Amino acid sequence: MYNFDVEMPSTVADAVKAMARDEAQPMSGGQTLIPTLKARLAAPSVLVSLTGIDEMKGVCMDDAGRLCIGGATTHARVAAEAAAHYPALASLAARIGDPAVRNRGTIGGSIANNDPSACYPAGALGSGATITTNKREIAADDYFQGMFETALEEGEIVTEVKFPVPTAAHYEKFLQPASRFPLVAAYVAKFGDGVRVAITGASNNGVFRWGEAEAALGANFAADAVAGLAVDATDMISDLHGTAEYRAHLIGVMTKRAVAAIS
Amino acid sequence: MAQVKMTVNGKTASGEVEGRTLLAQFLRDDQGLTGTHVGCDTSQCGACVVHVNGEAVKSCTMLAVEANGATVDTIEGQANADGSLNVIQQAFQDHHGLQCGFCTPGMVMSASALLKENPKPTEAEVRHYLDGNICRCTGYHNIVKAIMAASGQDVSAIAAE
Repeated sequence: MYNFDVEMPSTVADAVKAMARDEAQPMSGGQTLIPTLKARLAAPSVLVSLTGIDEMKGVCMDDAGRLCIGGATTHARVAAEAAAHYPALASLAARIGDPAVRNRGTIGGSIANNDPSACYPAGALGSGATITTNKREIAADDYFQGMFETALEEGEIVTEVKFPVPTAAHYEKFLQPASRFPLVAAYVAKFGDGVRVAITGASNNGVFRWGEAEAALGANFAADAVAGLAVDATDMISDLHGTAEYRAHLIGVMTKRAVAAIS
Repeated sequence: MAQVKMTVNGKTASGEVEGRTLLAQFLRDDQGLTGTHVGCDTSQCGACVVHVNGEAVKSCTMLAVEANGATVDTIEGQANADGSLNVIQQAFQDHHGLQCGFCTPGMVMSASALLKENPKPTEAEVRHYLDGNICRCTGYHNIVKAIMAASGQDVSAIAAE
């Protein structure tokens, strides 16, 4: 890894200031970014660590009944503290990586990186979450824009993610055991006014909503409702772990299992 | 270069580090605590697990400057005060929970973190918790058995020795 300066701000305001330095890169838990730096796939001059910012840590409920998670909150903390408020999301957090990774990795880092196989983008898009940055609030539907692509601008930091809590939800993850990322996973969330289905690990365009399944499940919330739906394999990821066709097939299977787990 | 100062195994440890210096490098190269092993250097294998402020982390995937001011515990600090092996270490010896021993420091540190949050884990819970610790020798059976035994549970019914 090439050398860099490290800034350790203790407030969001100081982090934003530090990000103004030339070729600055924010880092949260670093569980993806440090391996990336080691592989020399990134070479920032300044690394701005977000792990010392207490105002970006914690889990609480707001007056609108949304679960609010600070951007620098670790997966382990979400798994423990969100369980009483939003069990499906806590369960998603509890299955990311392994215990030591969960003690460092954060929700803000995962959402900002938007790995096409990451878990949190599915939870955020599936819940219709709102991503709060140091500048603005962004609806999840507008935020995730493709593989490793988000609506974040240069120097913008994810400070909080707010999740509307559905009446029922489930995250079904087909584990890729070597990486511990999902090969394909489905996040199904049932709200009073409809159903949201978000799929990760499958598409070359990153996390996406499966509209046909949402419509079918909105009319009839049962595993059989998605049985006849086929997913086009054209834009799916194909690699040594699975072909595009296999992933397209898994989307249906994971969604069905998630619905079965709820109903 | 930055100055860092932390408490490692109860003693003050300080030194000058580069921004890119990993916690594992600081412990091994600066402090001479070579019990923390770096196996894969990609955060997969868990041989480098140490505790930072009581939580298990992979020290190859954390910067030394991020541990500034923290309390760090490594395998060197695990023995009892009289130098004898602690209950987890002794159980690894009793149940042949190691062969080459390379992964053992990380296994012991992970086991210690597990038993702190779950003092009587089931076999399935032990296996699940060791997701991020890879051993290429033992096939895990005796490691799992050792951790179960260290938790004070009867392991006579668990397969393999």
